[in-house]
Amino acid sequence: MTARNRRVIGFALVVLVVVVAAGGYGWSEYVRSRDAQTTASDVDLVPADVTVTGNRIVFRSTAPGDLYGRVAAVAADDPGGPREVAPIACDRVDTTGDRTVCLRTDRGIVTTFEASVLDANWQPTQSWPLPGIPSRTRLSPDGSLVATTSFVTGHSYMSTGFSTETMIHEIGGRDYGNIEEFDLLVDGEKIAPVDRNMWGVTFADDSTFYATAQSRALGHTWLVRGDLETRTLSVVRDGVECPSLSPDGSRIAFKKDVDDGPGVHWSIAVLDVASGDETVLDEQRNVDDQVEWLDDDTLLYGLPRDGEAGVSDVWAVPATGGEPRVLIPQAWSPAVVRS
Amino acid sequence: MYITLRDRPKAGQQSPPRTKGKVSSVVVTLGVVSLMTDISSEAVAAILPLYVTAALGLTTIAYGFIDGLMQGASALVRIAGGWAADRGDHPKWVAVVGYGLSMVTRAGLLIASGFAAITALVAIDRVGKGIRTAPRDAMITAASDPAHLGRSFGVHRTLDTIGAALGPLLAFVILWAIPDGYTTVFVLSLGCAVIGFALLALLVPDVRPRRRAAAEPAEPGEPAEPGEPAEKPAGRPFSWRSVAEPRLRRLLIVSGVLGLLTIGDGFIYLALQSRDGFATQWFPLLYVGTNVAYLALAIPVGRLADRVGRARVLVLGHLALLAAYLCAGSATGMAGLTVATLVLLGVFYAATDGVLAALAGQLADTSVRAAAIGTAQTVVAVTRMIAAAAFGVLWYGLGRSPAMLLVAALLAVAVPVCFLALRGLDSARPVPGGVPA
Repeated sequence: MTARNRRVIGFALVVLVVVVAAGGYGWSEYVRSRDAQTTASDVDLVPADVTVTGNRIVFRSTAPGDLYGRVAAVAADDPGGPREVAPIACDRVDTTGDRTVCLRTDRGIVTTFEASVLDANWQPTQSWPLPGIPSRTRLSPDGSLVATTSFVTGHSYMSTGFSTETMIHEIGGRDYGNIEEFDLLVDGEKIAPVDRNMWGVTFADDSTFYATAQSRALGHTWLVRGDLETRTLSVVRDGVECPSLSPDGSRIAFKKDVDDGPGVHWSIAVLDVASGDETVLDEQRNVDDQVEWLDDDTLLYGLPRDGEAGVSDVWAVPATGGEPRVLIPQAWSPAVVRS
Repeated sequence: MYITLRDRPKAGQQSPPRTKGKVSSVVVTLGVVSLMTDISSEAVAAILPLYVTAALGLTTIAYGFIDGLMQGASALVRIAGGWAADRGDHPKWVAVVGYGLSMVTRAGLLIASGFAAITALVAIDRVGKGIRTAPRDAMITAASDPAHLGRSFGVHRTLDTIGAALGPLLAFVILWAIPDGYTTVFVLSLGCAVIGFALLALLVPDVRPRRRAAAEPAEPGEPAEPGEPAEKPAGRPFSWRSVAEPRLRRLLIVSGVLGLLTIGDGFIYLALQSRDGFATQWFPLLYVGTNVAYLALAIPVGRLADRVGRARVLVLGHLALLAAYLCAGSATGMAGLTVATLVLLGVFYAATDGVLAALAGQLADTSVRAAAIGTAQTVVAVTRMIAAAAFGVLWYGLGRSPAMLLVAALLAVAVPVCFLALRGLDSARPVPGGVPA
């Protein structure tokens, strides 16, 4: 046998091993995933004809099984208790109780992304396409406005930049479009950094909101106050991401990059709007979420579980400092309804 | 006149041989290596944002920044890869290191959890890509008949682009069948990387361009220079001075100037989008359109470059870019204009990407060929990055249409100047029986 022939045979063996190994793995994963999707999720459910009412938390359920990813609701005074599970799966969710906004991913050969508005019975009343992976969503307190943030990932040929697209819609009314088009004001002066990116809206009322505006070139990650009437974003403060206004409107919880080096480590911090005082909370882990207020004293956020891909828990931490604890196991993207 | 070992054009033949079999098997094999490797890397790249956000529960905020940084580093590593290939006269083994490094990162993805580990792996993958590109292109040059270099690169880039198109498709098919099948995608990616690596390591001959040139001064790939003695010191050691020799320097400068006026597809698509207002979700389709045009045209345009001159095609290919700017910059839009823009971008890539490597490989002395190809590609990559950054400023300063038209006007001035600057480079290579350059 010539050396060349030996090499050809060697290569054929490599191909054979790879095809058998990868094919076998793929098949076993396919079977496992099919089983997992039909296995009942291991969570307590409320009886089928019961709906959770009153003060409640709506979230994305991440318990593996047939209900994975579905929107669910638990009573605020029994967060670990039985869940009402909605017939719709969402990546991010926010709700006022009467109205829910749901950002979802439609898997397929061409994966698409969508925002849906649901009524009190979880029935979609309106939907529109999103340009990329869902990141954040918020409704205004009266439920008239919805803000969505999605990642806009270019194709891998040009994946040099991450960017976000943040849109504000009036439900059944006008479309305010991409807030990147709003005038960005620093001390009243208009600036237009080329690489500006906006994300993480939180509404104060039906015309005022807060959001994050970042320009890496300028080295700023600003908290901005937006005005829908004048279409402006005014810089309030530097070093604030994903703001969340407290129910009484006096404080803003946000994630703050506390890493000294080039890396990123987000801690939760609370800003007193009137005094400008900032408190970094005790949570030591990296929190990459838009915090939600359970009440005026408690903050909620999601954290992925170690070693369990796709599973996360909703944690609670006192807004004035204290130890974090799991509030809802196997949950993500909490939204609080106060009735 | 020079003598080739294979693919020798018969005297009096009016055009280069057209049969597919004439493309060196080494080139086709390297093309398949790239195809497998591109399936491997593009499959992962396509689902990585989804994996990081959906499975790991993180945002991709830091990702883009590091990615941009590594693209810059990758461009510089390319020169080093070329240098190592020339210096040791074993381009294959340098390429093996580059492909091997990327393969190892695929295995790493199976055990990595956490954002930092994944970013590190993506970074190492990019370094691997930087290392392998120049030696691989030098091998394509060494294995090809100099008269058909453009076609050889066309064949390679076509296979490469097919892989880049198949990767994301396969990845999304897997995720569609297995909703949480990220690991399966990583396994597919590792499998393709292993096959590509094995194909390179086992079946691509260890071509030693410098030693071969020293043994037979007129071997294929050694540019015969009219007016220069045939016994060019082909066995001579690596020297940066050879990379900076006048003709190559002219090519590098012209590439740099044209690179500074190449603003990147992203902005052209953005211009189309902001004019026509179609949803951003169609963005990936624009890339697909450009890629389809590119892979359909890479071989014909490569052949054309072989016939009429590579420097000419390289420079005149920028006229397609100019036309794309005008289409994207025009005030009113139609669907037809959008399609035309994508086809023009495809023409531009077909006329520049492989052709630049072919031209640099043709002009460079055998002793510095990989380094010369790597340097030319780095110049283009770095100047295009600068162009993209600068164009962003122009866009917000002048507005979409004026900014586009300004760059188009500058390009309209640059193309004839560059055309004149590269005059004579094509005649550095005799065109057997073809249209005289």
